[in-house]
Amino acid sequence: MAIKLPIYMDNHATTPVDPRVLEAMMPYFKEKFGNSASRNHEFGWVAEEAVENARGQIARLINATPKEIVFTSGATESTNLAIKGVAEMYREKGNHIITQVTEHKATLDTCKRLEKYGYEVTYLPVEKDGRIALDDLRRAITPKTILISIMYANNEIGVVQPIAEIGRIAKEKGVFFHVDGVQAVGKIPVDVQKDGIDLLSISGHKIYGPKGVGALYVRRKNPRVQLSAIIDGGGHERGMRSGTLNVPGIVGLGKACEICQNEMATESKHLSQLRDRLKDSIMSHLDETFVNGSMEHRLPHNINISFAYVEGESLLMGINDIAVSSGSACTSATLEPSYVLKALGVGEDLAHTSIRFGIGRFNTEEEVDYVADRVVETVTRLRELSPLYEMAKEGVDISKMKWTAAAE
Amino acid sequence: MAYSDKVVEHYKNPRNVGSLDKNDPAVGTGLVGAPECGDVMKLQMKVNPETRVIEEAKFKTFGCGSAIASSSLATEWVKGKTVEEALSIKNTDIVRELALPPVKIHCSVLAEDAIKAALSDWKKKQGEAEAKPAEAAARH
Repeated sequence: MAIKLPIYMDNHATTPVDPRVLEAMMPYFKEKFGNSASRNHEFGWVAEEAVENARGQIARLINATPKEIVFTSGATESTNLAIKGVAEMYREKGNHIITQVTEHKATLDTCKRLEKYGYEVTYLPVEKDGRIALDDLRRAITPKTILISIMYANNEIGVVQPIAEIGRIAKEKGVFFHVDGVQAVGKIPVDVQKDGIDLLSISGHKIYGPKGVGALYVRRKNPRVQLSAIIDGGGHERGMRSGTLNVPGIVGLGKACEICQNEMATESKHLSQLRDRLKDSIMSHLDETFVNGSMEHRLPHNINISFAYVEGESLLMGINDIAVSSGSACTSATLEPSYVLKALGVGEDLAHTSIRFGIGRFNTEEEVDYVADRVVETVTRLRELSPLYEMAKEGVDISKMKWTAAAE
Repeated sequence: MAYSDKVVEHYKNPRNVGSLDKNDPAVGTGLVGAPECGDVMKLQMKVNPETRVIEEAKFKTFGCGSAIASSSLATEWVKGKTVEEALSIKNTDIVRELALPPVKIHCSVLAEDAIKAALSDWKKKQGEAEAKPAEAAARH
């Protein structure tokens, strides 16, 4: 079978909409266009029924009840609502929030803003494998702590945090637990009961649903979580998120969750086979390549590899018919390797050479083989061009060299 | 970021890749840049001591496509030139030829530095007075 280029293998950034999802959405752009808040005619009732159906589909995927699902414009809004909503509602109780350094910017930037308003935030470090140490978390909790916010799985390195253990600690200490579930929900089993999650951010477009729609799970029992709204205007979504609901988007999110739930077991097995095939094929043909983050606690469809002695941007240029992400954005203006890799203790030289592969539902074995071949071929070619690779092969310790441009 | 056709062409077909014997008295070697900055260039030239003409030039570069193209172009340009002619190559000439965007100008600066460093090494081997080798590196 001929391969269609370019190949999309950046499924942590976004995913294509599943045709079944699009099909479910279409009527709600056309004849079923009603406002779900219109209580006195058929158009409104039809829209409301669709929204409630989607609420059920989402709730089932994460073992929640439909009333615990709040619709938002996406996971960034969900995370803002969870963190800011708890912070404001429970200000009397305390002003301390605990998170960790490799969180998504939606969490980190929200926490930074709260610091300006007088909240205290602890950013837990991660171990070399990308996971937090539970003892660090226990030590960080004070009587003023109102919220722990830890992501289920990381968007760059796919590392899965010990969520159930964190949930137990949070419960024991009477602290609310918010989880950014964007990369994990629909991909691996996420169970708000077993995992002890009080708030869970969900995104549509990472699970083959549409962009511009997300959800926040808000626990109603044991304990009940109350939130201050950040968007006012009509009191939709039980007062937590005003604004006319994005009915087609919500229908799409619901359908996407239903498909994920039905297919997760077979899909995750298939994806991890493809991922391992990609990894083994690349790493058996190239020396001095390193996987970033834990292999054991990892999403099935993620691999993040550093290629020593090759610069990331030139590598991406060599594989420009493949859509992947580099951990580095290297220009003279912004010389910033990924903060996630830095937090793992990956050196700047290796952080600049990392590539994130995110395999998705629609990737094939042929595509994986093509990508592996192209990466091996390009890295080999660039290493032949690399003075650093030559020096390393001659036994020169590059880290001990004096470099002329160090003052740049 | 979109690269110019010339950058892509040099990246795909780099000229004069390789190494010369750095212990050869007729070979000057320049190694500039730093791995943590994402660019390292090694430029080597073999110069005829009688005519002072650059007979061979080789490079190896760790860096982005623009850095690879800048050093590839530099080897093309210096070949057949005298030492003095090669020293008059300016980074702005490279910027113009490759249509480098502002964020990639440092690549051309590095290529100019590499030419100067290699020729200064050659002069040292010839017992000639050095032309302030630190000057180039201190500029950026």
